[in-house]
Amino acid sequence: MYNEPLADLSLVACAHCDMLQRLPQLAPGESARCPRCDKELWRHRADTLNRTLALALAAAVLYTIANAVPMLGLTIVGRTASTTVIGGAVDLWNDGQQPVALLVLLTAVVAPALQIGFMLAIVLGTWRGRAGRWVGTLLRHYPATRTWSMIEVMMLGVLVAVNKIADYATVVPGVALYVLGALVFVLAAMQSSFDPREVWGKIRWAEETPHRRAAAPVAGARA
Amino acid sequence: MSTAAVMSEITALQQGLHSCETCGLLSRGAGGADEARCPRCDEELEFRKKTSIQRTWAFLIAAAICYIPANLLPVLTTTTAAGSDSDTIMQGVVLLWSPTGWPLSLIVLFASIMIPSAKILALAYLLVTTRRGSVENRRQRIRMYRMVEFIGRWSMVDVFVDTFTAALVQLQPLMWVKPAAGLFFFAAVVVLTMLAVESFDPRLIWDASGAQVAQHA
Repeated sequence: MYNEPLADLSLVACAHCDMLQRLPQLAPGESARCPRCDKELWRHRADTLNRTLALALAAAVLYTIANAVPMLGLTIVGRTASTTVIGGAVDLWNDGQQPVALLVLLTAVVAPALQIGFMLAIVLGTWRGRAGRWVGTLLRHYPATRTWSMIEVMMLGVLVAVNKIADYATVVPGVALYVLGALVFVLAAMQSSFDPREVWGKIRWAEETPHRRAAAPVAGARA
Repeated sequence: MSTAAVMSEITALQQGLHSCETCGLLSRGAGGADEARCPRCDEELEFRKKTSIQRTWAFLIAAAICYIPANLLPVLTTTTAAGSDSDTIMQGVVLLWSPTGWPLSLIVLFASIMIPSAKILALAYLLVTTRRGSVENRRQRIRMYRMVEFIGRWSMVDVFVDTFTAALVQLQPLMWVKPAAGLFFFAAVVVLTMLAVESFDPRLIWDASGAQVAQHA
């Protein structure tokens, strides 16, 4: 059974301490914090859909390249070996470490792909001002893809591994290594340009009533 | 940055309002309904995460148990003409230590040894103080929760180090590296502590006065 929403959509409860408060009017770029626990309640991102779309597209291109070419190569007395991101997970699987192989695949390959894919779909679905219910479904699961997407942690791990191996062999950085380095920053920028509150304000409600359809709630609008 | 307008410290729970964890919408339930849904995003609504304290303890205890083999068992086995050699995480840190490599060695020490143990201790502290309905240091405790939430993922560093070392050093019969049993337990600690953080409801810290906590935890 659906709850009845409050008439005033600027009323919120802090996600970390539950204190009721009214969000102030924010200019793009400004943010509001909870006075009790200091949690950021909302940051009004400037031009969020355009910027997020541009960065998500860039991330999709970089991600595709990063997974198609070798990441690291190694030479020792005339012998060479190389690996890709997925190759690392496959080797673990073959060495009898199936659960860890799945975790590496999830955090380095699957979750980043979902994170980028969801973001693209969310932004494109909201493009025309009103978003369908499916956008809400993606937005609901988006935080989980972000939690488990660990490209930046993998990059640090690769750097340490390279340093370790460099003691006794020549490490040849592959194209994917540089591309992944760029992807770390593009993903961070994509995340910080995205304003979920604005998108939620444009989504078709689960319980659509004529009154609500007429007064499509817009983030930051006065009630 | 601006501060939201305060209407004295009243919580949504005290007003009987559901705050949707997914989309943030505040809504009021119809009296007598046994389940409530968010009218905007269709999420099932609860005042607090269900059985938050018990679930967090369960993940935390499992993580603490896995923490022991994760540190005692080797994570990598290196085989050369001279024979085989197995290293635990701590031995890996020591091996990385060199005049040029010490910063990386410190990073691994921090991410693999200190973060997981600090995370387990910090969550246990949050659980105990919350259960006792403590009203002391609430701002510090919420800050501690955010720190644990933010920094936890970096423990995965060692899993990636071992994955790519093993994937790359495959120069049979000269030298090859294979992952060893400790890696599974170490990965389990990382995943279990992340799940523990996710099951903990930080709002319980602020609910104070033991009665309320017991009711909704």
